[in-house]
Amino acid sequence: MMLAENVVELTIASQLEYIDLVTTLTDNITSMIAFDEEAAYWINMAVRESVANAVEHGNKYDPQRSVDIRFTIGVDALRVSIRDYGEGFDPSTLPDPLDPNNLLNPAGRGILYMRTFMDSVEYARHPEGGMIVTMSKRRAPRQTDEGDHRHDAVGN
Amino acid sequence: MQLEIKERTVGEVVILDLIGKITIGEGSVQLRDTVSRLLEAGHNRIILNLGGVTYVDSSGIGELVSRYTTTKNTGGRLKLLNLPKKIKDLLMITKLLTVFEIYEDEQVALDSFQ
Repeated sequence: MMLAENVVELTIASQLEYIDLVTTLTDNITSMIAFDEEAAYWINMAVRESVANAVEHGNKYDPQRSVDIRFTIGVDALRVSIRDYGEGFDPSTLPDPLDPNNLLNPAGRGILYMRTFMDSVEYARHPEGGMIVTMSKRRAPRQTDEGDHRHDAVGN
Repeated sequence: MQLEIKERTVGEVVILDLIGKITIGEGSVQLRDTVSRLLEAGHNRIILNLGGVTYVDSSGIGELVSRYTTTKNTGGRLKLLNLPKKIKDLLMITKLLTVFEIYEDEQVALDSFQ
């Protein structure tokens, strides 16, 4: 049976040291599904920013709280969801890093980068607590497919 | 080590050659500590040579901004040299490209302190 999408999941402790582990896995996945080098670089950064936010702002480095990362490799897009177990927040209340008054703030640019590099970034409160960020990036059709995506499934 | 920082002094200007990653945690802290040490020693004419930097995240960009502001507050200047394209992209996205003084030639950067 041909799978429409594959899922890879990873759970890490709330420690910065584990972020490289997640981005290494991200690189392996984007390489496996043939994102070009430029796209792969920026997906790596979006994932890094989101995981760092989950560790730092979500879980506040609490070793008892994990960060769950799920990569869903679909036919048309890669989706990445990152869940923390913190108090949650409303992203619409965050200061705009492009406001002239905020340009020299030392922090607050991560979400802007995520929104710039991914096709979509959505925030939601998880019903069992914490925040879940879901980001997606469309996959370019393979040249040999000539526009026919039906044969572009992972595992073919 | 995520980030290697080599220090050179040319006249009254200190050039920091950065090699590696400036990311949340170790890399950002190293940069902060090095610039703080220079400022405490009275060296506030600083060039960050970013030619060897392979990766910067939002924390690293924030650290560049902080070091720029801290240096300026002491009456000094911190300038950037040899920006890789991707760092330039990150600065452009966050409208920081015009905030920093950016150079592609070391001698021109040094002369700008005169």
